[in-house]
Amino acid sequence: MSSEPYLEEAAGVCVNSHGGAIGMPQLCTEWFPNQIFWLLVALVAIYLIVTRVALPRIGAVLAERRGTITNDLAAAEELKLRAKEAEAEYNKALATAREDAGKIVAAAKADIQADLDKALAKADADIDARTAVSEKRIAEIRAGAMESVTEVAKDTAKELVAALGGNADARSITAAVNARMKG
Amino acid sequence: MSEEATTGFQIHPMDQFIVKPLFGGDHVAWYTVTNVTLWMAIGVVLIAALLMLGTRRRAIVPSRSQSVAELLYGFVHNMVEEVTGHEGVKYFPYIMTLFLFILFSNVLGLLPLSYTVTSHVAVTVVLALMVFLGVTILGFVKNGIGFLGMFWVTSAPLAIRPVLALIEIISYFVRPVSHSIRLAGNMMAGHAVIKVIAGFASLVVVSPVVIGSVTALYGLEMLVAVVQAYVFTILTCVYLRDAVGGAHH
Repeated sequence: MSSEPYLEEAAGVCVNSHGGAIGMPQLCTEWFPNQIFWLLVALVAIYLIVTRVALPRIGAVLAERRGTITNDLAAAEELKLRAKEAEAEYNKALATAREDAGKIVAAAKADIQADLDKALAKADADIDARTAVSEKRIAEIRAGAMESVTEVAKDTAKELVAALGGNADARSITAAVNARMKG
Repeated sequence: MSEEATTGFQIHPMDQFIVKPLFGGDHVAWYTVTNVTLWMAIGVVLIAALLMLGTRRRAIVPSRSQSVAELLYGFVHNMVEEVTGHEGVKYFPYIMTLFLFILFSNVLGLLPLSYTVTSHVAVTVVLALMVFLGVTILGFVKNGIGFLGMFWVTSAPLAIRPVLALIEIISYFVRPVSHSIRLAGNMMAGHAVIKVIAGFASLVVVSPVVIGSVTALYGLEMLVAVVQAYVFTILTCVYLRDAVGGAHH
């Protein structure tokens, strides 16, 4: 292997005999046409891919997505409105139901109260009647007792008067006993 | 060469940028199928797979690949719309083409043993010149000779306007240079540095450090690959704004 390198300008090559670079390969004018030609081919290919297929397609997808999102947002707005309406309706129904329930409770309470009142009244009447009967009996018993007491007092008085040697007629004794009893 | 072989170091950081014919032969003609062709083709195939196969179901609720395609679409579309305004949106397909090509080339270049097409100035200069010529022609077509008003800064005092015009014109013509060198330079430098550091892995003492550094650099290069694609694209949008957005600067 000769270590003698090719002279860049003279030989017109940019690599030495070992395949290594001589200087900067970037400055090797011999390769320029090749690089430029393939660059233009690549750029045209990319340009065709971009303009014929990619950009219209992606643009359409993005537009479609924007449309879908807008529509969905509108639909969501509408649904939200409807949900609000439904909620209001529900609240209304709830209020009505609550009111009805209140009414029913009040009615039931009133019924119960009326029944209760009736029962109480009846019980009171019963109690009153029984009390009256009892009082009457007590009065009778008391009257009976009073009479007995008067009788006993008269007899006792008569006997006492007699025993003491008095002679009392029944009428004055009765009057005296009655007067005492009152006092 | 023989010295390197004996010391065990085989660091050829620039070899990865060599253009090789795929099917033998030494001569690289303009039509030769080379590794350039291969990696550009892989890029095109992947772009097609992502953008065509990924979106083939046109789902309202996207699949993962469709999501990525839509993300790329939305990202570039927003960038074009924000930077160039409403007028610029019709150039969106061209910007998208540029962005996809650069992004995929940059990221594919990070695969081991791959070839990075965007690390060559031949490629990036063509891309930058396309933007430069396109914007310039478009500017004159849309604004006529008024496009030159871009260089005449009316908000500055009259006395310094000629100076500013000169600076503006120079900066305008430097645009394609910086536009292309930035991309190629970033790609080349990163790959070369990884290769150089990886070459030291044959030294057992430092190989753990080397592996760590290469890993870290790889992450950095991943970032650079995406950011450079973004930078190239957004600069294209900025230049485009001059043409479509009138002469106000």
